[in-house]
Amino acid sequence: MKLHPMIAALRRHKAGVVLIALQIALTLAIVCNAIFIIGSRIERVNRPTGLDESNLFLVTQQWVGAPSADTADGVEKLDVMQREDLAALRNLPGVEAVAPTNSLPLLNSSWTGSVSLKPDTRPGDKSGTRTAYYFTDEQALSTMGLKLVAGRAFNAGDVRHQGFRDNPPRPALIVTKALADKLFPKGNAVGSVIYSDGSGAPSTIIGVVERLQIPATGSWGNNFTWYSTLVPTRLDANFTRYAVRTKPGQLDAVMRAVTPMLYKVDPMRVLDDDSVKSFADIRAKAYRADVGMAILMGVICLILIAVTAAGIVGLTSFWVGQRHRQIGVRRALGARKLDILHYFQLENLLIAGVGAVLGVLLAIGLNLWLITRYEMSHLPVLYVLVGTVAVLVLGQAAVFVPARRASNVSPVSATRAA
Amino acid sequence: MFAYYLELGLRSLKRSPGLTILMVLAIGFGVAASMTSWSVFRAVSGDPIPWKSAQLFVPQIDMWGPSGRDPDGEPPNAMDYTDAVALMRDHRAKRQSAMYQIAPSVVPTGAGKHPLNVSGHAVYSEFFPMLDVPFKYGSAWSASDDTNRAQVVVINSKLNQKLFGGVDSVGKSVNLEGHEYRVVGVLDHWNPQPRYYDVVNGGGFVIDADDVFMPFQTAIQADIPNDGNTNCNAVPEESGFVGLQHSPCVWIAYMVELDDAAAVQAYRTYLDGYARQQQASGRFSWPPNNRLRDLPAWLESQHVVPSDTKVSLLVAFGLLLVCLVNTVGLLLAKFLRRSGEIGVRRALGAPRAAIYVQFLTEAGMVGVAGGVLGLLLTGAGVASVGWVLPKDIADLARLDVSLLALALLVAVVATVLAGLYPTWRASNVQPAWQLKSN
Repeated sequence: MKLHPMIAALRRHKAGVVLIALQIALTLAIVCNAIFIIGSRIERVNRPTGLDESNLFLVTQQWVGAPSADTADGVEKLDVMQREDLAALRNLPGVEAVAPTNSLPLLNSSWTGSVSLKPDTRPGDKSGTRTAYYFTDEQALSTMGLKLVAGRAFNAGDVRHQGFRDNPPRPALIVTKALADKLFPKGNAVGSVIYSDGSGAPSTIIGVVERLQIPATGSWGNNFTWYSTLVPTRLDANFTRYAVRTKPGQLDAVMRAVTPMLYKVDPMRVLDDDSVKSFADIRAKAYRADVGMAILMGVICLILIAVTAAGIVGLTSFWVGQRHRQIGVRRALGARKLDILHYFQLENLLIAGVGAVLGVLLAIGLNLWLITRYEMSHLPVLYVLVGTVAVLVLGQAAVFVPARRASNVSPVSATRAA
Repeated sequence: MFAYYLELGLRSLKRSPGLTILMVLAIGFGVAASMTSWSVFRAVSGDPIPWKSAQLFVPQIDMWGPSGRDPDGEPPNAMDYTDAVALMRDHRAKRQSAMYQIAPSVVPTGAGKHPLNVSGHAVYSEFFPMLDVPFKYGSAWSASDDTNRAQVVVINSKLNQKLFGGVDSVGKSVNLEGHEYRVVGVLDHWNPQPRYYDVVNGGGFVIDADDVFMPFQTAIQADIPNDGNTNCNAVPEESGFVGLQHSPCVWIAYMVELDDAAAVQAYRTYLDGYARQQQASGRFSWPPNNRLRDLPAWLESQHVVPSDTKVSLLVAFGLLLVCLVNTVGLLLAKFLRRSGEIGVRRALGAPRAAIYVQFLTEAGMVGVAGGVLGLLLTGAGVASVGWVLPKDIADLARLDVSLLALALLVAVVATVLAGLYPTWRASNVQPAWQLKSN
């Protein structure tokens, strides 16, 4: 089929053509970017934290009238209280392991610092690598379900304790593989010495875990998401957090038992609805905004596609009605039903093609603009290609019904008045 | 005549119900999506204290120097203890307050009750008049209570309800972290969003209001530590909360009230003078790099409005635009299909203006129908943001008369605008040509 008569015919109703092409262009631009947002959010939500997330929960509690963590005497007293809690939790039926910790991945409560290969770095020294610390004890790996890939886990002899705001040396550390590779690209991290937070006291890396995400999910943590450091130290303050791993299937039962049990150990403490949280809840809360954004973009894409498809159906139907007589003439002159069908399909492909070209430009422009304003990354070419194919298919699907109706126009109508 | 056009429009819309329903649906969904996003955006980007935000300013002091600045040269967004206390001592603004977030535990009286955790801020007495904080009972503490480190607190009505059953509790005592404090005031409902006086902690939007306020120096003396962010560019040399106070770590929010441009200028000069003085004494080794932003500019600089909200609004308005382009196309089809009818009317003497009125009336009818559908869908949309968006933001999105009126207005205005081009085309129909071709 020759394009020439088709283009001549399209010139006769420029407005309709421009409107459909424009609509397809806008739809493509918005849908590409929206799907890209959905894709990146899903990717973000699905990345594993490195924890074994099932059968894991977190207890956050605060003592009332506790000794001050700013005095050596107070720190010792607080540590006794913390060890009492730990012992009681570990004795609870159904509990597999318990570790004190200042935070967990996705909790958005972080203690961050930097580690360096050089001692005594000055503030503002850019040679250090940012990291998030987990202060915990010898049951950390079994409680969190971390996978050791080199060196050894903490043992009871490594574990120390300190006041919450003190900064004693940290002789032994476990780091994530990502951090180990960053600091020691040759792979000799275990046994090597690093310096944490500009300290002059050496810290030896005794083990490397495969993966452990930092607690922060905000964009400020994006450049050190996998650089976590485990410190074998109980932090003593008027509040504590305990990560608890239960035996399979006993999560709910143990979570219910924790609050009364801790009150029995010491009633002078705050435990409220938020104090005992399963890791599933922590995860849901951390990613709620991302999931919500993905759903929102998905809904908008669906509406957009439906509206555009409906618009194509509407306008093409109008054209079919308008050209009823001409179609009849063509049929009378020997055109087959298929020829009429193809005519409208090809016409739509032409318009949608122009719209898609325009749409690709718009999509890239919109993406570039979003990058400058709202921390977006570059739209991968794949999204644009898939989007283009999708709108072309959408156009063909939408045009099919009116085109079928056109192909069914009887040749007799050529002889009747329009 | 208008009634006649309404009737004509209705008849025409009934003639092609499919096309009509399509247009109404497109307008309805487009309006609903954009209005729902707008309600969220409006909620998070609103001015939390519109009558006064132009007089409230947040000073920033560059106590870290070049190595601690952001890539764009911004000084830290909070203050260290040294500067906060020095600025309070100098007292150069009309009103001012340093503040830090606290989370003490409260021990209720009565057996069998477990202690509970409350959140609050340690502030100076001028905090309350500066921010027009409403009191239900009693009042703020006095300036002398600030200097004397009086054992007093202001609590909010929720905590008052919990501890005292909601009665006037002024003069009664509250046990915070094991110490007794006298209640001097009970706040009326007050939970501004964003919580503009301390956006560095909590990122702006917080679900629960502050339960307790206590004098800054009283909290420092009682060793009630800060609960919010602590940002350090070096490890504190001394340990403990006292060590934090002596360190250059930043953890204190600061706000001042300045009435006019002259006062703002004077305060700027004062801040620069302060920094220069610190430079002279050797504490800073860099020239002054201070900031003094009014509240709206400060909220903007701290990115209080989540970028997701802005992107959603943008995408939703894009959807509305596509719906309108769609409506233009469908109206065009609809109107031009009636070229014959237009030709007859024109031939019988109807002026172009009459054609205009007739077809714009028809477009307006589609707009009203789309608007009504849009209203219903906006209602559903606002009701369902709760399970899509985070609670702190979703709770703020509200359905009110102004939103509904706006939805209807947008629908009608947009549809009439969309109808302009098709109407113009319709009015240009040549009567002779139409009559002849029939």
